[in-house]
Amino acid sequence: MKINSALNVYIFKRLINSLILLVVVMSMVFFANRQIGDPARMVLGNGASEEAVLALRTQMGLEDPMVQQYGRFLVGLATGDLGQTFRFGLSNSMGQGGDVSAMDTLPIAVERLPATIFLAGATILFAVIVALPLGVYASVYPRSPPDRIISVLSLAGVSIVEYWFALILVLVFAVQLAWLPTSGYGSFFHVILPALALSLRPMGRITQIARSTILDELAKPYITAARGRGIPMRRIAIFHALKNAAIPIVTTIGDETINVITGVIIIETIFGWPGIGSLTVDALSIRDVPLVEATVFLLVIMVLSINLLVDLTYALLNPQLRIR
Amino acid sequence: MMQDDTNTQGHLGYRLVARALLKDMIVLASVIFLVVLIFSAVFAEFVAPYDPLLPNIFANRLPPLSYAKGLDGTESIHLLGTDALGRDILSRLIYGARASIFVALVSVFVSGVLGTCLGVIAGYYGGSVEAVIMRAVDAFMAVPSLLIALFVLFIIGGGLVNMVLIFALVRWVVYARLARGIALSLKEAPFVEAAKALGASDLRIMFRYIFCNMLSPLLVLATLEVALLVLAEAGLSFLGFGLLPPEPSWGLMISRGREYMRDAWWMITFPGLAIFLTTLSFNLLANWIRAISDPAQRWRWLK
Repeated sequence: MKINSALNVYIFKRLINSLILLVVVMSMVFFANRQIGDPARMVLGNGASEEAVLALRTQMGLEDPMVQQYGRFLVGLATGDLGQTFRFGLSNSMGQGGDVSAMDTLPIAVERLPATIFLAGATILFAVIVALPLGVYASVYPRSPPDRIISVLSLAGVSIVEYWFALILVLVFAVQLAWLPTSGYGSFFHVILPALALSLRPMGRITQIARSTILDELAKPYITAARGRGIPMRRIAIFHALKNAAIPIVTTIGDETINVITGVIIIETIFGWPGIGSLTVDALSIRDVPLVEATVFLLVIMVLSINLLVDLTYALLNPQLRIR
Repeated sequence: MMQDDTNTQGHLGYRLVARALLKDMIVLASVIFLVVLIFSAVFAEFVAPYDPLLPNIFANRLPPLSYAKGLDGTESIHLLGTDALGRDILSRLIYGARASIFVALVSVFVSGVLGTCLGVIAGYYGGSVEAVIMRAVDAFMAVPSLLIALFVLFIIGGGLVNMVLIFALVRWVVYARLARGIALSLKEAPFVEAAKALGASDLRIMFRYIFCNMLSPLLVLATLEVALLVLAEAGLSFLGFGLLPPEPSWGLMISRGREYMRDAWWMITFPGLAIFLTTLSFNLLANWIRAISDPAQRWRWLK
C-alpha cells in the first residue's frame, strides 16, 4: 500500500502540532505548579529551619532566575528528564529517619504505563465488540421494539456514573457473590470489573453513532442497488454500509478511548489498579508537584498519540487519501 | 426556507410540545423527574424533611425506612436511611441536588454564552480572528477536560465558585465549535445577504440572523452539557477535588459511603442513583429536543 506524499505532509503537520501542544500544556503545568507554594518547604515540613529550606531550594535549583528554571525545564522535557521527586519515596517508607532521597519521576510514571494501557485496551475492545453488532442491528430495524430498547440502553450507558457503578459491581460480584477479586492486578479476573465499569459509556456512545451513521448510509442509492441484486439487508449493513460509515465510528472510538484514559483516573483508584491514574491521584493528594508533572506528561502523550492514530486510520479507511 | 423553518418552530407552541411529550412515556417520566428535582433543589428548605448537616449519634447508619429518636426525644423517620454521622440521606440528597444543579446550570450558561459569542464571531469574521479562536479551541479539545479541571482545582482548590469557573473555562470550546460551523454556513445564506444589502449592522446580523437560527442545536448541546457537568461535578467531588465537606454533594456522599459500603449499601446506592437518573433524564431530554426541533423528524412524534 502506497501512502502518498500529501498524506505524509498531513501526518507530519499533525505530529508537529501535537508536539507544540505538548510543550504548551507542559509549560502551563510548569508555571501553574510554581504558584502553589514552596516545594522545598513542602518536602521538609513546617518545622524545618530557614537555612535547611534555603539549602534544599538551592539544591533543587529554585533560587535560580525563573527564565533559567524554565529553560532547564524545556531541556529536561526534550531529553525525557522531568525532574525528581523528594516526597514519593518518602511517603512510601513512611518518612523513616527523615532521609531525603530524590528519585527521577519519569521512570516511576512510565512503570505504571503498561497497567493503564492494558485496562484501557480491554475496556475499548469489550465496548466495540458489544456496541458494533448492537448498532448494526438497530440500524437495520429502525424504530422496531429492539431498536427502542437499544437506544434507551445506550443512553443509560452514556449516563452511567462509572465509579458508583464500579462500587456496586464490587459489592455484588466481589463482596456478596465472591466470584471476582475486589481489587488488585495480576490475573485476567482482576481486569473484568474495572473494564466492565469503564466500558458502558463508550459502549453506549459507539452504539448510538454506529446506528445513526449506518442508518444514513442505508438511505443511499448504492444500498438500493445492492438490495436490487437480492443481497439480504443484514449482509448489506455489515459488508457495505459499515465500511462506508467507518470514519465517524472510528472517530468516536478514538474520542471514547481518550475518555476512558480520563475515566481510568477514578476507576484505578477504586480498584487499586497500579496504573497512571491511581498514581496521578496519589501524587495530587500528597501534593508531589514533580510527580504530578510526570503523570500529566504521560497522560497528555497518550491522548495525543490516540489522536494521531485516529488520523492514520482515516488514511487506511479512505482510499482517496492514499492512492496516487 | 430557513426562516420558514424557524417560523414553524416558533409555532411549534406549547400545545404541540405537550402533545409530543405525552406520546413518549420515557421522556415524560424524565421531564417529571427533572421538574421534581429542580423544584426540590430550589425549595430545599421546605422540601427536605431534616437538616442535612445535623448529626445524630444515636441514629448513625440506619437502613432505609427506619425510626430514630433524636437527642431531644423527637422521633424521626429516615426514608432512605442515615449516613455514618446519623444525617438523613434524603435531606442530604435534596441539598446535594441544589449544589449539583447549580454548578451544572450556571457553568453551562457561562460557557455557553462565552463559547457561542466567540464561535459566531469566528465564523462570521473569519481570517485571523477565527484562526486565534479556533487554535485555542483545538488546544482545549486535545486535552481531556476532566484532566484540566482536576489539575486546575488541585492548584486553586475546590468549592462551588471555583468549579463553575473551571467548567466554564474548559467547556466553552464545544459551543464555539458548533456556533462557528453554523455561522460559516449561514453567513452565505440569501437572507443574510439581503439583510446586509438593507444596511443591517454586523452586530444585528450576528444576533438576529445567525444566532437566532442556531438556537435549537445550541439548546440540544446545552442540555447534553448539563448532563455531562452533573457527572463531572460528582466525579471531581468524589475524588476530593470538587465541593468540600460538609457541603452535601452527591459525589462526596459516595466517597464517604465507600468506607461503609459492605454493611450500609444505602449510603452509596441512593446518591449514585440520583446522579445516574439526573444525567439520564437530561440526556433523554436532549435527544427529544433534537427530534422535535427537526422538522423532518418531528411529524413522527406528533403523529
